[in-house]
Amino acid sequence: MNSKLVFYNIIRWFLLLFVQIFLLRNVIFYNLSTPFLYVLFLLVLPFGIPNFLLYLIAFGTGLTLDAFYDTLGVHTSACVALMYVRIAFINLSLNRDSIDEPEPSLGNMGFKWFTLYATLCIFAHHIILFFLEAFKLNEFIYTLTRALLSMVFTLFTVLLTEFIFHNRKSA
Amino acid sequence: MRNLWIFINRYSAFFLFIIFFTIGIVLTLKNNAYQRNVIINSTNSVVGNAYAKLNVIKRYLNLRQVNDSLALENAQLKTRILTFNSIDSTKTSVIKDTVNHQQYTILSAMVIKNSINLANNIITVNKGSNDGIAKDMAVISPQKGVIGFVLDVSPHFATIRTLLNKDTYISVVLKKNNAYGSLVWGDKNFDFRKAYVKEIPNHFKVNVGDTIVTSGAGGFPKGIEVGRISKTQISTGDSFMTLEIALFNDFSTLQYVYIIKDRYSSEIKNLQETSKNEQ
Repeated sequence: MNSKLVFYNIIRWFLLLFVQIFLLRNVIFYNLSTPFLYVLFLLVLPFGIPNFLLYLIAFGTGLTLDAFYDTLGVHTSACVALMYVRIAFINLSLNRDSIDEPEPSLGNMGFKWFTLYATLCIFAHHIILFFLEAFKLNEFIYTLTRALLSMVFTLFTVLLTEFIFHNRKSA
Repeated sequence: MRNLWIFINRYSAFFLFIIFFTIGIVLTLKNNAYQRNVIINSTNSVVGNAYAKLNVIKRYLNLRQVNDSLALENAQLKTRILTFNSIDSTKTSVIKDTVNHQQYTILSAMVIKNSINLANNIITVNKGSNDGIAKDMAVISPQKGVIGFVLDVSPHFATIRTLLNKDTYISVVLKKNNAYGSLVWGDKNFDFRKAYVKEIPNHFKVNVGDTIVTSGAGGFPKGIEVGRISKTQISTGDSFMTLEIALFNDFSTLQYVYIIKDRYSSEIKNLQETSKNEQ
C-alpha cells in the first residue's frame, strides 16, 4: 500500500462525503428513494487493509455521516454491516493471494463482479440503515420499499461514478 | 488457547463486525430519542400484552366465583325489588293541610282490572278502605278527564263505576258559558272514546270544539276538563239538547287513577238531604 493510494483515498473520502452531505442529502424522490453515494468510498477501499482497520474506517465514516445527518449510530451501524459484507464477499469470491489490483473498483474487477459486490454491500447497508431509522417492524413493507428503492438509486449513482472516473483512468 | 486464538483470528471479520455493530446500535439507542422511545414503547406494549393475556386467563379461571357472587347479588336484588313492590309508596302521599283546610285530597291507585266493552264497565283498583277510600268518591284520570265513582270498597281494594256505565251521571258545564248538563255514556253507545252531555237548555249556543268541564257538584272538583264537543245537532224533541263529546282520556290504556277525597262530602250530602226533606 503506497502513500499515493492513501492520499487518493483521503481525497476520495472528503469528496464523497462533501457530495453526500451537501448535495445528495437533499435529493429525495417521494420520500422513498435517496442515494447514499458515500458508500462508494467503503466499496473501493484498497485490498490488504487489515480487518480491524477496515472496521475502524467504516465506523469513522459512519460517525461523520451521522454527525451531519443527526442520526448518531445509524449510519455507523450500517457502514459496519457493509464492511462485514465486503470482507465476506471478497474472501469468498477472490483468492487472497492472486489479487493484483490495488482496489476493487469497476475498472479493475469488471462490471459483473463489481455490480454483484456493490449490490450486496449496498443492500446490507441500506437494510440496516432504514430499519434502524424506522426501528420498528410495524411498517415493514414501507421501510423495505424505501430501502430497496434507495438501493437502486445508490447503486445507479455508484455505477455511474465508477464509469465516469475509473474507466477513463484505466483507459 | 492457541486454537482459540486461531479460531478468533480466522473469523475476526465476524467478531469485529459484532463488536463494531454493537457499538453502533448502542450509539443509536443512547443518542436518538426516537429509537429509545420506540424501544421503551415496544417493551411496554409487549409487557402490557403479556399481562393482558394473563388477565384473560385469570378471569376465565375466576368465572366460577364470579358467577356465584353474581347469582348471590341477583338474589339479593330480586328480594329487594319484591320488598319495594309490596311497599306502596303512594300511601304516604297525602298532604296534611291544616292551614288551608284543603277540600280535596288525591290518592293514586293502580288499576288492576279494567273493562271497557261491556254495557256497564267497572274498574278494580288496589286501594281500599284502609287507605281512606269510601263509597261514591270521585275518580279522575291522571292526565285529563274523569273516570267515575267508587262503587264498593273492601279493606284493600275498591271498584269504580266508570263513566262507561249506564248508572253514571256526572255534573258538567260548558266551559265558556257555564251551562249545566249531565255527562253520560249514552244508551246505545259502546265507544269508549265518546260520551254524551244531556240536559243543556236549548238557548245556549254551542259549537263543535267547545270544552266541557266538571261543574263542581257531585264529588268532582270544579273545572276538570272532560272532553270536547264533537257533534251538536242531535234532535231530542224537547227543550234540552244533547251533545256528543270526544273524551280526553282513554279508558283502554288506563293504568293509574286518582281518587278524590272530599273533606266536606258528608256535610254536603247531609245538607242536601235536609233541604230535600223540607221541600
